[in-house]
Amino acid sequence: MNWLAAVSIASAALAVAFGAIGPALGEGRAVAAAMDAIARQPEAANTISRTLFVGLAMIETMAIYCLVIALLLLFANPLLH
Amino acid sequence: MISPLVSPVLFHIGPVPISEPVVVTWGIMAALTVGAMALRRRLTLVPSATQAACELVVEAVDAQIRDTMRVDPGPYRAFIGTLFVFIFVANWSSLVPGVTPPTARLETDAALALIVFVAVIGFGVRAGGVKGYLATFATPSPLMIPLNFVENLTRTFSLLIRLFGNVMSGVFVIGLVLSLAGLVAPIPLMALDLLTGAVQAYIFAVLAMVFVAGAVSESAPESQSEERTPS
Repeated sequence: MNWLAAVSIASAALAVAFGAIGPALGEGRAVAAAMDAIARQPEAANTISRTLFVGLAMIETMAIYCLVIALLLLFANPLLH
Repeated sequence: MISPLVSPVLFHIGPVPISEPVVVTWGIMAALTVGAMALRRRLTLVPSATQAACELVVEAVDAQIRDTMRVDPGPYRAFIGTLFVFIFVANWSSLVPGVTPPTARLETDAALALIVFVAVIGFGVRAGGVKGYLATFATPSPLMIPLNFVENLTRTFSLLIRLFGNVMSGVFVIGLVLSLAGLVAPIPLMALDLLTGAVQAYIFAVLAMVFVAGAVSESAPESQSEERTPS
């Protein structure tokens, strides 16, 4: 295994690891805010949780981008072939 | 390990390779079309259970279009509804044993994103003419032309990567857990995958609505006034 492959694997792991931190913090804040809103106004729980799900999926996409980059590095790396 | 970025080729028709997602996509399209036509022949004033379920879907799509775009849903119902129903069924087709959702492959998502890209231009041109649509690139100032142009491309790309990444990662994780932990272990993950699939179909449809609404409301000559689309 040459050093390019080793660096690719290491940076794929780094991309997923550090790419997950931001979305995790963001999702935590979003859920906390939604909990707070539902506790204050239980009758709006339906709308809030629907919007929350969509927002969570949007935030999660950021982590998914990192996953796609990692998979590109592992499976479709133009420098390795 | 099989790369999640390439589609396995099943057979060849002449020189054209037919890959697995193509077969599944045509299967889904055939099932939806035949189902819809069979249902259409038995429409009644007092709906049967199936008809009531389908009406529920149509009404939900209509309500969402009205909420998001703030226009009459008529011209957009077919486009948005088809996108939503197709992606939803495609995401949930992983319930059938042996079927990989076609949305877990890059090509299908690229095609869907391209459809949205073309449809945005089409609806924009229909609302304000070619000149009116091109003028939207120069709002709020001509300085924004390159930025608006690039934004059009990148949001299409992010639409593609979002759907692909979410569905593909679900399939990928289930495969990994299955190979590491055995038969029953990935069941909760599959349930999560179904939820993700439904939410992603909804998000794809909503984003298509937002993009179309942006193009239509900006290029329509008279409606420069009050309503801005949510972004």
